[in-house]
Amino acid sequence: MSDAMQSATKRLLAPGGLDERSVLATLSTIMGPGIDFADLYFQYTRQESWVMDEGVVKSGDFSIEQGVGVRANSGPKTGFAYSDEIELSALTQAGKVARAIAGSGSSECAIRVQGRNAGITPLYQPDDPISSLKDDEKVSLIKDVEAAARKMDPAITQVTVSLSGSHDVVLIVSSDGSIATDIRPLVRMNVSVIAERAGRRERGSYGGGGRFGYEYFLENGRAVDYARDAVRQALINLECREAPAGEMTVVLGSGWPGILLHEAIGHGLEGDFNRKKTSAYSGRIGEKVASDLCTVVDDGTIADRRGSLSVDDEGIPTQNTVLIENGVLKGYMQDRLNARLMKMQPTGNGRRESFSHLPMPRMTNTYMLSGKHDPEEILASVDKGVYAVNFNGGQVDITSGQFVFSASEAYMIENGRKTYPVKGMTLIGNGPDVLTRVSMLGNDMALDTGVGVCGKDGQSVPVGVGQPTMRIDGLTVGGASV
Amino acid sequence: MTSGTERTPLDEVEQKLIDVATQALERARDSGASMADVSVSQGQGLSVSVREGDLETIEHHRNKGMEIRVFIEGCSGNTSSSDFTEKEIQASVQSACNIARYTEKDEYSGLAEPEFMATEFPDLDLHHPWNMTLDDSIEVARRCEHAALEFDKRITNTEGGTLNCFDGISVYANSHGFCGVTKSSRHGIGCSVISGTGDEMQRDYWYDSRRVPDELIEPEAVGRTAAERTVNRIGARKLPTGEYPVVFEAPVAQTLTSHLISAIQGAGLFKKSSFLHDRLGQRIFPGFMHIQEHPHLPRGAGSASYDGEGVATNSNIIIDEGVLTSFVLDSYTARKLGKNTTGNAGGVHNLTVRSTVDYGLEGLLKTMNRGILVTELSGFGINMVTGDYSRGAFGYWVENGQVQHPVKEFTIASNLNDIFMGIQAIGNDMLENRNIRTGSVLLNKITAAGM
Repeated sequence: MSDAMQSATKRLLAPGGLDERSVLATLSTIMGPGIDFADLYFQYTRQESWVMDEGVVKSGDFSIEQGVGVRANSGPKTGFAYSDEIELSALTQAGKVARAIAGSGSSECAIRVQGRNAGITPLYQPDDPISSLKDDEKVSLIKDVEAAARKMDPAITQVTVSLSGSHDVVLIVSSDGSIATDIRPLVRMNVSVIAERAGRRERGSYGGGGRFGYEYFLENGRAVDYARDAVRQALINLECREAPAGEMTVVLGSGWPGILLHEAIGHGLEGDFNRKKTSAYSGRIGEKVASDLCTVVDDGTIADRRGSLSVDDEGIPTQNTVLIENGVLKGYMQDRLNARLMKMQPTGNGRRESFSHLPMPRMTNTYMLSGKHDPEEILASVDKGVYAVNFNGGQVDITSGQFVFSASEAYMIENGRKTYPVKGMTLIGNGPDVLTRVSMLGNDMALDTGVGVCGKDGQSVPVGVGQPTMRIDGLTVGGASV
Repeated sequence: MTSGTERTPLDEVEQKLIDVATQALERARDSGASMADVSVSQGQGLSVSVREGDLETIEHHRNKGMEIRVFIEGCSGNTSSSDFTEKEIQASVQSACNIARYTEKDEYSGLAEPEFMATEFPDLDLHHPWNMTLDDSIEVARRCEHAALEFDKRITNTEGGTLNCFDGISVYANSHGFCGVTKSSRHGIGCSVISGTGDEMQRDYWYDSRRVPDELIEPEAVGRTAAERTVNRIGARKLPTGEYPVVFEAPVAQTLTSHLISAIQGAGLFKKSSFLHDRLGQRIFPGFMHIQEHPHLPRGAGSASYDGEGVATNSNIIIDEGVLTSFVLDSYTARKLGKNTTGNAGGVHNLTVRSTVDYGLEGLLKTMNRGILVTELSGFGINMVTGDYSRGAFGYWVENGQVQHPVKEFTIASNLNDIFMGIQAIGNDMLENRNIRTGSVLLNKITAAGM
């Protein structure tokens, strides 16, 4: 057994008196007439967070969660139960409940191990980030960043710094005989500030993270750079004027504005919606859904990224899936269930928030490849429009295709030049339509700094986005000024 | 099929949770904590979904959790865990104390003052488990979806019918000697269907949620409402950019009240980072507006006799004759502001916006005459520091007081100060079974961006 397999087994199975053999035996009792697939998802998660507010490290949180989720599939049907006790009687009981989906009766066909971590290349170190720094080092990191932010400008009146980390160990045992483990580190830091001048207040916020230890924030003054960006944003917002309302040319900056792709394209290409034909993209593979310039991928295999996974939550290695190539729709993101029902291959996109949630097709790192224009050329090409570089978040109705995303830092473009900052506003459009209006792409593709959280059916998972600078000929800008 | 989950008798669970809480507090005291509190809960639920008439998923839920806070000379640490063994309780308390060693003294931290602890615990009638077989549960979801599919030929696809039930017990105890036990349940029926095909697909849903199974709307009625809302969306057009009066339908009108509450609670007040931090005692709504909590409504969605710190809940008046009369405070924020807690640790309780007219949505549309009816909002474009507001919307164009056609892909933008002051009327079509209870809202004007 590999080290990862050994440490996962030791952490997850041994304390409750379980081993590979007893787990496989339990899984075999779930299989039988009418059951196509079943799996067990064992998980142990430690998390911590520290917050500094008003110049004081006010609070720290620590939590431990563990348990096992048991799932059985029968055709399109799913039975699911879970337990926070990882031992035989709880597992057996959960299995009985899950298999009820196919009615009564079971015929215990033995399951043979077909592979342990087969085809899985670890994309991050298995170390526990919570012990990557001592507690007093974490506290002094937060304090240093806070002090630096306060010193950056006299207008800064409030600074909040948060630091969090988690250590997640999973073991996935499937009825096809595959056994997979993953040890997933994740850290995140955020700086948010309030600036005040002449009675006017504004906020700015910036952060980053990924699948490594806390020392990442100490490298190259990264944490202080977060503070600098938060301060810069707040100061710019102090100067901002009303945003315009109506349809106009929009230029999106590189990096985090890739949230556009996540909302406008990504969700609509998840397998479940397409199997049920409830997505605006249903049945459109091979059709032109974007301008020739656009190639969009979902890539879960980038080392150390927040949205990456060595293996998805169904034991399938993640991959780089082409969603749109030169404007043509190429493929969907699949989990096991929807791939099987659509007679397609799973793409390593089966993800779940935790053992107490069912897996679904979800994105990993979704981004658009670079084009050939200098970003300056793109701005220079616009007579009048909006240039949006930072966003709060977005949302989509996958059936109608209507999506929104909300800018938190944006500027007017007049006669080819970025002129003055405007208030945050919502941009709205239609998924299958918006990328057909992409007329220029920058040569500056960037991924976000590691801050994305995606919500679907009440489940949150970490994701990444990215894109080059992008010109869209006509998007509705939701300012208050007519 | 039977549901297969075996229930532990309720009294046994209650006693076990009280024992866990008591143990945690004792361990905290032994470890040198000057104050501590603990929340322990356990519950179980079932979610069933049916699609195209066939069973799709059965999910059995068992929730269990314990949260411990310790205070050591003004420093605090929090931990949570789902393991109730003696060993884990001890370990959780230890790590909370450990964190408290690295956090800094905050003279405002701590429990709520002992004199505010609830002493009366009226029976709010919140606990009504739904003892139903799995087959019956599936049948309810099936009836709901079936009614939606049968409602109109223009319903072309479905995301299914759902049924959810949940019941559980939670215990809150602290080192003042307070120990409260709440038993509660929550059940829901929902349905989501699709009309149209290709580029013209539209989706909508309806949902009903209650403490008591018998009070739920008939599943068929939920399904028909979902279908009617979906069919109404067919043929949506874009809207010309401009300034229009607007009516927010009750389910989205409650978001405006949520924004008000976000702005008058928590750190934004003492950090002066809420746009309402300095407006206590001032008029922020028209004089006819009245907003008040009703924490003791029997079977209410937000009913509670004590808050998240054991403090007795009150019928707080938040807005009286348009004036902001009270913030929404827990003990920490209250101490920071030199005030008393309002019993709102964890949020508001059955917050009710009094209606100002004796008619509902139709009457409001007549009063508006020409403008937009907003039925759906999306996105996160709300800036709590400035009150600036910009969200995506779906709705209907109204002329001569009548709905003309659906409108899509537009935003509405303004500032929450202007939105609050611009309210013309609150309808009497209040949705009773929500924690924020308001009728539809007529607003004088908002900027809508479309084509």
